[in-house]
Amino acid sequence: MQTGSEHMAAPVPNPQFVLRGARSAVHALHFCHGAQGHPLLLSGSLRGLVHVWSLQTRRPLAALDGHGGQCVTWLHTLPQGPQLLSQGRDLQLCVWDLAEGRNAVVDAVHLESVGFCRASVLAEGPQRWMLAVPGRGSDEVQVLELPSKTSVSCLKPEAGARLGMPMCLQLWQAESSPRPLLLAGYEDGSLALWDVSARKVCSRVACHSEPVMALALDPRRARGVSGSAEKVLAVWSLEGQQALQVRGTHELINPGIADLKIRPDSKILATAGWDHRVRVFQWRTMKPLAVLAFHSATVHCVAFNTTGLLAAGSGDQRISVWSLYPPT
Amino acid sequence: MDPVASAVRLAVQEAVHILSSSEDGGHIISTLQSLRRYLGETETQAPPEEQEEFSRTHFSTILRCLVGKLSPDWLDLLPDGQLEELWASFFLEGPADQAFLVLMESIEGAASPSFRLMKMARLLARFLSAGRMAAVMEGQCGQQAGPASRLLQETLLTRVVGLPDHLGNRLQRETLAAFFPQNYFPLLGEEVLRVLQAVVDSLRGGLDCSVSFLSQVLGKACVHGRQKEILGVLVPRLTVLTQGNCLWQRVCWRLVECVPDRAMEAVLKGLVEAAPGPEVLSRLLGNLVTKSKKAQFVMTQKLLFLQYSCSMPMLQSLLGYLAMDSQRRPLLVQALKELLETWGSSSAIRHTPLEQQRYVSKALLICLTHLGEAELRASRDELLASLMEGVKSRLDSSLPPVRRLGMIVAEVASARLHPEGPPLKFQYEEDELTREMLALAVPRPAADGPSEAGDDELVPYDMSGDGEQRGSKTPAYVRDCLEALTASEDWERWEEALRALEGLVLKSPAATREVSLELAKVLLHLEEKTAVAGFERLRQRALVAVTVTDPARVAEYLAVQFYALNYSLRQRMDILDVLALAAQELSRPGCLGKAAQRGSPGPGSQPSGAAVPAWKAVVEERVRRKTRRFCKQGSTGRAAAAGPNEFNAVAGYFFFPLLQRFDRPVVTFDLLGDDQLVLGRLAHTLGALMYLAVNTAVAVPMGKALLEFVWALRFHGDAYVRRGLLSAVSSVLLSVPAEWLLADLPDELLEARSWLADVAEQDADEDCRLLAVKALLLLEKLRDRLLPLSSP
Repeated sequence: MQTGSEHMAAPVPNPQFVLRGARSAVHALHFCHGAQGHPLLLSGSLRGLVHVWSLQTRRPLAALDGHGGQCVTWLHTLPQGPQLLSQGRDLQLCVWDLAEGRNAVVDAVHLESVGFCRASVLAEGPQRWMLAVPGRGSDEVQVLELPSKTSVSCLKPEAGARLGMPMCLQLWQAESSPRPLLLAGYEDGSLALWDVSARKVCSRVACHSEPVMALALDPRRARGVSGSAEKVLAVWSLEGQQALQVRGTHELINPGIADLKIRPDSKILATAGWDHRVRVFQWRTMKPLAVLAFHSATVHCVAFNTTGLLAAGSGDQRISVWSLYPPT
Repeated sequence: MDPVASAVRLAVQEAVHILSSSEDGGHIISTLQSLRRYLGETETQAPPEEQEEFSRTHFSTILRCLVGKLSPDWLDLLPDGQLEELWASFFLEGPADQAFLVLMESIEGAASPSFRLMKMARLLARFLSAGRMAAVMEGQCGQQAGPASRLLQETLLTRVVGLPDHLGNRLQRETLAAFFPQNYFPLLGEEVLRVLQAVVDSLRGGLDCSVSFLSQVLGKACVHGRQKEILGVLVPRLTVLTQGNCLWQRVCWRLVECVPDRAMEAVLKGLVEAAPGPEVLSRLLGNLVTKSKKAQFVMTQKLLFLQYSCSMPMLQSLLGYLAMDSQRRPLLVQALKELLETWGSSSAIRHTPLEQQRYVSKALLICLTHLGEAELRASRDELLASLMEGVKSRLDSSLPPVRRLGMIVAEVASARLHPEGPPLKFQYEEDELTREMLALAVPRPAADGPSEAGDDELVPYDMSGDGEQRGSKTPAYVRDCLEALTASEDWERWEEALRALEGLVLKSPAATREVSLELAKVLLHLEEKTAVAGFERLRQRALVAVTVTDPARVAEYLAVQFYALNYSLRQRMDILDVLALAAQELSRPGCLGKAAQRGSPGPGSQPSGAAVPAWKAVVEERVRRKTRRFCKQGSTGRAAAAGPNEFNAVAGYFFFPLLQRFDRPVVTFDLLGDDQLVLGRLAHTLGALMYLAVNTAVAVPMGKALLEFVWALRFHGDAYVRRGLLSAVSSVLLSVPAEWLLADLPDELLEARSWLADVAEQDADEDCRLLAVKALLLLEKLRDRLLPLSSP
């Protein structure tokens, strides 16, 4: 549906810049701040390297090799240090120390599952974090405490549930409640809300008919969105922090969503598509805003930073960085 | 004789005598003072019956006498303008109608320019600003109109409404601002309101009153074209006054009812325009349309069918007014029937301007929104019959706007008339008009709710390039495409082949020439088997590419196929389009390719196409700035790439086969009969081919053949065909060298000239008239160019 007064819509702008030199498909992106607050972009590649890009010079500052040539699927930074968490398909989740120009693996968590599921992290205390990763059993999610690496919880669906493997995870803690929650998307297309401490499913809803590939949550509105291998985005809400409810679906033109992110100011949503395109929506209304057809291969990951930059990493080995609808 | 009358007469006679002869200021003053007793303004009033006798019989005489005395010397008989003040008071305080008439009379009688004229004009301006005009009109409201006073009323009416004209004529450039129509008529409006107020008051007091003089004033002012000025003042006030006030409403209704028939149209049109909506119009008019035949005619016939000048808000007001009362609704149903009949009449479709057809269609849609289910059902059969008739005639038309009107109205009307049936749905492009019309078709919302607050609306970028992602089955060779298009059951591959074909053909002309005829045949017969986006365009582009690559054979084949059996009209029109596009490409290589790149959606949606030019422009701009040119005058604009006109060699293959058999119908194809749409397209295509053949050797025989073709069809009934013929004539004039034209075709040109002159004057279709004028201008230019050569 076209709404209102777009007689002459403006042409889509070009990327602000493009980062080349990852040398293989880009599977993970993460914005962070380096020393003296210089903005950095971290990218994880198919060949196991983590590149650190300076957004000022637009050049790679370092390439971290810690995953034995296996694909890096997830990147996250912890404020302490700063420390970098990188998840690879070599069954290692490495903890890197990036402070003062160092780039050494200081610790590693051995993972039990080689699936596609990306980890999720939640700050618990000043120096303590909770990390959710796929567990030993194919349908399990394991929750660890960092930095002690103690397994605090193992979330296993009921015997007859047949959810399949967890495909994407999101740890989350509501302001009103001390109990951490975990949103997990499963192989059968359903989404489950776990109470981590009670180890039980609070609510489950079948959003998709194909595996849930990615999900994003807007804690302020208690609403989220998920994408799967099909042509549909599902928007759902958390009623009273307890019950998941599908609010609506949004039809796409091509199937397959690899990743999706909501910008920190909750204005726009970006999806990474198997159709090589990044789609941008107005998050409140799900009105389509732009289709960024820059890449020539599957877009694997998208990321926003707080200043509104959008980065997309693709199988064509390029990372495009865009500035759309700058936050006011 | 009545003693009162004779006493007054004596006094007046004496006063007149003194006024006309005396040079003594004091004497004159005392005489005037004594006369003022009869006006009832002084302490020592005359008895009422004497006052009445004076104002009925003698007032005008006195005023005329006073006007006659007016001169600078006379006024100076007493110092400080005392005499003038007293003199003026007679005009400003006495019976207003007589004073007004004498004022106007003396202004007309005064020499121009003169002292007296200016004095009287200023006095009239004072008269107006003192609000005496209300008194003039009020005087006419209480009276019973006898034969004598009707004449007087008419004189008064002419003077009241014609005041700006009279004064303008007399005073020329000296006229005062108060007499400008744009100032006078609003004032008149104010005065009418004051009189209406007085009428309402006296009605409240139980006194009978007549507003017919006011109606006449209003009517006459509107007939003079002063609706905006006078109604602009009246309507907003009346809107407020009539709200919830029955007495005011009745007075207002009466005011409009009493408007003479000849002024009814002007008044009603002004009211419809000035009223902010149907509710107000309904308050102002009441059930006027059921009481006055003339008003009914104006509202339901004149403004709907005989004119098409009302704006959409006016039309909404008008039809909304008809819908607001149960007594008026039958008129609305009747109007709908007649609108539908007119809308569907094939004669009206052919002979009325498009603008009027739009107007009728819009009125029709508005009517539909106002009518209820039951009312429509009651006359459903009749309405459906005219709708079907109309849809048929409209879809038959060869003018796209006429067809579009048919589709839109048919969709909306059938949904209302036959809600239980499956909805009718046509395919048409959305534009300004369709949006406007569809918006008219939904009932007007009561009030817009405030839109949901929240973050501000973000404006989407252009997403037209977003399409389905294609697989990797793209064929790499022309022959592969051919095979995929003919034999493949793999629809994805079929689509890919269709998409890739144009590029492949242009890339490998040699390979294409080997299979060009085969390819043309396949493409011409290709059917849309999957819902591939832009099928028509892809097929057309591919066919154009093939024709351009191997013009002689393919163009001849296509042109011959145009008259062959067993083609649909669509295919025949495709042939024409392809021939025209290919000819354009051949005569101006490159211009089509660029257009296609810009326009084609979906395939190649990489933004590089859009990005490169911007980048290129930046670089070129930089180079331009950094480069110093020694030749300052050198043109900086790039010259168009020069190249041979490839159309030259092959124009005949495109053109002549198309002309061969237009007058010989075959079983499924009758150009001179029902298939006039194709005939029109043929005429346009021939014109285009002629135009593109400029500077070619074959242009002369082409021009000759084309003029013959035009001559044979020049009285065709269809506007689209005539347009094609006219543009073909222009093409001939543009493309054939002037010397050849005059040498080879002098008679044809003379004949064409008189025909063009006829069309330019008389054709019903605006575009035809325009095209004929253009062709005539070309002919003129031709003559001007040749005359200097031949005349010396």
